[in-house]
Amino acid sequence: MALRVLVGCKRVIDYAVRIRVKPDKTGVVTDGIKHSMNPFDEIAVEEAVRMKEKKIASEVIAVSCGPMQSQETLRTALAMGVDRGIHVDVSGKDYELLQPIHVSKILAKIAQEEKCDIILLGKQAIDDDSNQTAQMTASLLNWPQATYASKIEKTNGELQVLREIDGGLETVRVKIPAVISADLRLNEPRYATLPNIMKAKKKPIKKVTPGDLGVETDPRIEILSVEDPPERQAGIKVEDVDTLIAKLKEVGRI
Amino acid sequence: ESTLVIAEHTNEKLFPVTLNAVTAANKIGGDVACLVAGTKVAPVVEALSKVPGIKKILVAENEAFHGFLPEALTPLVLATQKQFNFTHILAGATAFGKALLPRIAAKLDVSPISDVIAIKSSNTFVRPIYAGNALLTLKSRDAVKVLTVRGTNFEAAALDGGNAARENVPSADSSQNLSQFVGQELSKSDRPELTSAKIVISGGRGMKNGENFKLLYDLAEKLGAAVGASRAAVDAGFVPNDMQVGQTGKIVAPELYIAVGISGAIQHLAGMKDSKTIVAINKDPEAPIFQVADFGLVADLFKAIPELTAKL
Repeated sequence: MALRVLVGCKRVIDYAVRIRVKPDKTGVVTDGIKHSMNPFDEIAVEEAVRMKEKKIASEVIAVSCGPMQSQETLRTALAMGVDRGIHVDVSGKDYELLQPIHVSKILAKIAQEEKCDIILLGKQAIDDDSNQTAQMTASLLNWPQATYASKIEKTNGELQVLREIDGGLETVRVKIPAVISADLRLNEPRYATLPNIMKAKKKPIKKVTPGDLGVETDPRIEILSVEDPPERQAGIKVEDVDTLIAKLKEVGRI
Repeated sequence: ESTLVIAEHTNEKLFPVTLNAVTAANKIGGDVACLVAGTKVAPVVEALSKVPGIKKILVAENEAFHGFLPEALTPLVLATQKQFNFTHILAGATAFGKALLPRIAAKLDVSPISDVIAIKSSNTFVRPIYAGNALLTLKSRDAVKVLTVRGTNFEAAALDGGNAARENVPSADSSQNLSQFVGQELSKSDRPELTSAKIVISGGRGMKNGENFKLLYDLAEKLGAAVGASRAAVDAGFVPNDMQVGQTGKIVAPELYIAVGISGAIQHLAGMKDSKTIVAINKDPEAPIFQVADFGLVADLFKAIPELTAKL
């Protein structure tokens, strides 16, 4: 039985960009800033495409929730080998307050409509760092969850997943259908080649709204402020090991 | 207000992060209960019963909790929540807590709040976003608040002086066949655990290879320190990933952090910049790590570290 795979890909500020907080403390500066696919989602997309290449998956569908530009992120996923995209249009104030609980409801609904067997997501997005969407999607669907995956193997009707946990590694087996969140070591995402980027332009992207899916995006939080973290002052340079030891003794650290 | 803290443990041993979570729970106000779910949890209940600030310990023993799978624990927490109507549910922001709490929150139709570093009031919390490059203060509009708290930002509760009552929680139907625990490979070490160590020594790409980390292990032995690594050292294959300190690894905030041969990429700083005292040893005087270090030593680590070990 070949599986239908749903992958999430979030458009975020590129990981190499230095974050600047807005002077009015309402958020961070995003206008005119380079955005890319969330790096953990790239790993999820890569894994899904490999499942298709290994004939484990029959079709891979990518979803991105966000403003119009999210379609660029979907194009990247399509160029990596995803078959088609779904853009869930959320913008402005709604998008600022869109939380993993909303996204997981959207993903759960799409997974049901598209009859997906596996949902592959990045373990967290590097903007809000929530690390929640996979777990919540699994919960809403009553599916098992295998978070922080660094290796996925398909056995009979099950997936054996090696998970990265605090003290080392853990292995779990989950029944299909399942939700998996990708950790760093799962794979190294490919670069889209020019021919594939051209091909991706012809692949379909469907645009829907949360309302079309019957999902409410009522705000769950109020943002009171977004601020710079306290600045750490540089200290002093010491001459040699002896001075270092003396200084550390002076401040009572050794 | 009333708060449930979900204890993280091995059945035999309580993880220290639970004690940090108890402190966070007490900042919210109201009674604090602690849920201990596992297969045979007597030693953990015993340890927790002496922690001041816990009113009662809710105990659930069941073979289904082997491996502490979220699929098995979620129905238990939901049943407990139904019985006691807590206003807050907390756990440490660890692989365990972060895997479990969102699953519970989704069932309660609540938007969980991850990695809380400060509690302003019962509904207002501070959490880092963009790998700690910005701090978000938010007000939750949900009736029940589901939070994971970052251990390094809350003092550990004491391990004596308390006298918590013990109560068994009615067992929910926790048998499930969605997932199965197969096993764990935990890195073995006599050194303290990274996230709770008072001193952490980390090596970067400057260590050149895995064997050279022995220099750091020797120094760690002298200082009773844990040893970590930068992502560059992990990606180069010098040491395993569970040693990684940084945005994509562990967040540490020890009293003393010694960065050895680490340049100081933003992603590494995100994992250690809350350390009380930072020492950087690097031969490149321009390395960004010196901008956050209290004491910087521009030196060849292969000379400085053995010297430091010998002189301590």
